[in-house]
Amino acid sequence: MSTDTQNTAVAQPDEHEEGENYLNHETSVWSWLSTKDHKRIGVLYCVTLALVFLAAGVLALVMRAELSGPGETMMANDTYNQVFSMHGIMMVFLFLVPSIPAILGNFVLPMQIGAKDVAFPRLNLASWYVYLAGATLTIMALLWGGVDTGWTFYTPYSKTTGGGVLWMTSAIFVAGFANIFTGLNFIVTIHKMRAPGMTWNRLPLFVWGMYATSIVQVLATPVIGITMVLLILEQVLQIGIFDPSLGGDPVLFQHFFWFYSHPAVYIMILPAFGIMSELIATFSRSRIFGYRAIALSSVAIAMLGFLVWGHHMFVSGQSVVSSIVFSLITYLIGIPSGIKVFNWVATLYKGSIWLQTPMIYALSFLFLFSIGGFTGIMVGVLSVDVHLHDTYYIVSHFHYVMMGGTVVALLGGMHYWWPKITGRMYNETLGKIAAFLIFVGFNLTFFPQLVLGAKGMPRRYATYADRFTELHQLSTAGSGVLGVGLFLVLGYALWSLKYGEKAPANPWGAATLEWTNVAALPDPHNFKRTPLITRGPYDFHLADEVFGGGDGEADGDQGLRVPDAAPAAPLEPSRDA
Amino acid sequence: MGDFWLPEAASTIAPEVDSLFLFVTAVSAILLVGVTGAMLYFVYRYRRQSPGERPAPVEESKLLEISWIVIPTILVLLVFNWGFKSYVKMHAVPSEAYEIRVQAQQWNFLFEYPNGVTSDTLYVPEGEKVKMRMSSADVLHGFFIPAFRVKYDILPNRYTSVWFEATKEGDYDLFCTEYCGRNHSEMDKVVRVVSQDEFDNWLEEAGTSEDIPLPELGKQLYSQRGCQGCHSLDGSEMVGPSFQGLYGRTDHEMSDGTTLTVDENYLRESILKPEARIVAGYNNLMPGSYSSLSERQLTGLIEFIKEQSDKEPPASDQGQTTATN
Repeated sequence: MSTDTQNTAVAQPDEHEEGENYLNHETSVWSWLSTKDHKRIGVLYCVTLALVFLAAGVLALVMRAELSGPGETMMANDTYNQVFSMHGIMMVFLFLVPSIPAILGNFVLPMQIGAKDVAFPRLNLASWYVYLAGATLTIMALLWGGVDTGWTFYTPYSKTTGGGVLWMTSAIFVAGFANIFTGLNFIVTIHKMRAPGMTWNRLPLFVWGMYATSIVQVLATPVIGITMVLLILEQVLQIGIFDPSLGGDPVLFQHFFWFYSHPAVYIMILPAFGIMSELIATFSRSRIFGYRAIALSSVAIAMLGFLVWGHHMFVSGQSVVSSIVFSLITYLIGIPSGIKVFNWVATLYKGSIWLQTPMIYALSFLFLFSIGGFTGIMVGVLSVDVHLHDTYYIVSHFHYVMMGGTVVALLGGMHYWWPKITGRMYNETLGKIAAFLIFVGFNLTFFPQLVLGAKGMPRRYATYADRFTELHQLSTAGSGVLGVGLFLVLGYALWSLKYGEKAPANPWGAATLEWTNVAALPDPHNFKRTPLITRGPYDFHLADEVFGGGDGEADGDQGLRVPDAAPAAPLEPSRDA
Repeated sequence: MGDFWLPEAASTIAPEVDSLFLFVTAVSAILLVGVTGAMLYFVYRYRRQSPGERPAPVEESKLLEISWIVIPTILVLLVFNWGFKSYVKMHAVPSEAYEIRVQAQQWNFLFEYPNGVTSDTLYVPEGEKVKMRMSSADVLHGFFIPAFRVKYDILPNRYTSVWFEATKEGDYDLFCTEYCGRNHSEMDKVVRVVSQDEFDNWLEEAGTSEDIPLPELGKQLYSQRGCQGCHSLDGSEMVGPSFQGLYGRTDHEMSDGTTLTVDENYLRESILKPEARIVAGYNNLMPGSYSSLSERQLTGLIEFIKEQSDKEPPASDQGQTTATN
């Protein structure tokens, strides 16, 4: 190996001018629309998904406003049904499923493993365009009369109603490919593009989370695509598949639908687990307790997630024996999730805990996701689920998981990586206020819904019995607080783009590569030199010892101790020869 | 704690479901307080004192890790077993159960008793095992009585069933819990639990007597068979055309642009074959299940609709009107 000598001798062709970064090296609109840079694609997705979240979130506020009184308060049943359907469809298929992988996965993952980009940059860009095609079809569905089927499209109702259903199912079919592209890209990237020394046991847990997610995306998404195609074929060609009047079976549709949509829950939550590990480790400056347990439990959850879809169907006509088996497997999947929560709490033990906004979101997540998990155990209990099924208890349960889990983790992750993405700091005080408002508003919105459901309030009701009024009003008030919190985030995020303080390269003193080896605003190719990885992702105790940096020495304007950068890997002769 | 969470319990299975619900809630609350308490304590106890702080690594403890795998596993297996047993009980319908047929359609439930009596209020005797044999005329529906803690979907292509034994007299809610379209939230009925004697009396009296006048019969059918869900009597706009002033209209416009006069035969066709002609501005949403009405019921319903209009009978009905009476 003569690479060491070559190393110094070879001039470095991809060295950029000082001050050049991924945002300013090209600035035309076309350079954005045709970019193959994973960071820019992440930003494109970020803007698109923020718009979708805004639209779907406003629909949620409209729903809560309608439910502020038992009768019709501001819209007819039909309108309400369309509003809750669009809220669900947009939030699940167009926001939550792509959200963390497409935004933060794209932006962070290649940097975390020391790669220049993802394995297939063109496919990555194609994913965004395919997503846009899906979003366009969604708008067509709205123009064509809308959809009032709920996000589940249960047959035969979905066959009898509205003109928008075919457009909407096509939209989901198309948008699914965007997720498959992203998943495929990440799997190959993680397998083939890790920097020298980045062994599987040194992968940041966010990468492990994305890996588990990608497997589920690639394996499960085709099933929803096929199901949607079958729906369309049945409608257009009148082949009996799901519609009993043509000899089909509506319960079959539910099996197909949940065979995807249950794993989809893990597509939504596993990336959030990944973000949680990053936040907890960085802001408590300690190694993740039980790194392997967390990494492998993600993979275990991804696998078991394929075997529990029937727990959505305990009262829908599935056999009793199937229900019992599905209930049992459901409990097995609860265990790995529990392990993670315990591990994260244990990571705090004897750490050095810095309560910045991202950490506040991480702590919120621990509380909210725990409630989501416990209520999940509850609805997995067969006989109790009979009472709670299709009530607000379920609505509340999955909001605790999806909003209290995934969205809160995404918010934590956005704050955490905001300086790396934009080169600016957000306002810390406003950040903390917003995090507090979101936590309080969320619980005020959804805890009353748990009680409502247990008391027998069915979901998807435009109007309701008088005795549920007070709890509904409490929930509506909570949604207002939650809304204020989220708009505050939007406000100071936009403000910081122009007026925010310039961020240092590693404002949090984190130890993963995107902070230690990448400039404040990343270079178009991420790294000036491919790093050589010699330690684990959270080895704060080793960082200084291994790479120098004496005791008490501090850098950064807050006197923060920042782990040293990983050394550059020796260049491979073939690459530059 | 039960009153805070759960509605009134009025069936034999309810206490079992409730104790399981409250057990899981209590254990969850304890664990949640434990996890959150530990988290908050650590956050305070190990808060960062100086920016350059470097905590020593914590040794992982196998014992701790194994204990937080094993203990939750035991707990969930316990609740699984408990829930599984009561679920099986819910699904093992006793052979002696009294059977009531449930016919669901958008957006109505109709209950039919073994002697042929139909009702839009579900009367059940207290202290007797009752089985509901359910089917749907159109889309999926759900049958949910919160006070009894029973629920099951109603399918269009096969029977499903639930059974219960009511333990307390009174009126309870019955909700549809599988989303079924526009008036899903209004698809609710009253469950009336009465003593066995009262039930027997009601069943006897409720039998549709043969000599009830036709418009009376039609009025009964209007509310029992769910017509009221889509057709108003006061002219207000619903899913289907209002019955007010309908009969005798001479300018009734269809979706293909033609107009016709609303006479008895038009009404008859519209009930039996609703898809044959669609009124302008409306969709083909009416279920075809009304073709199973008996001749007498059909005529009764038409007479009732005729009463909702003060227009002159159209010429096409002159000379036939006496025949139907």
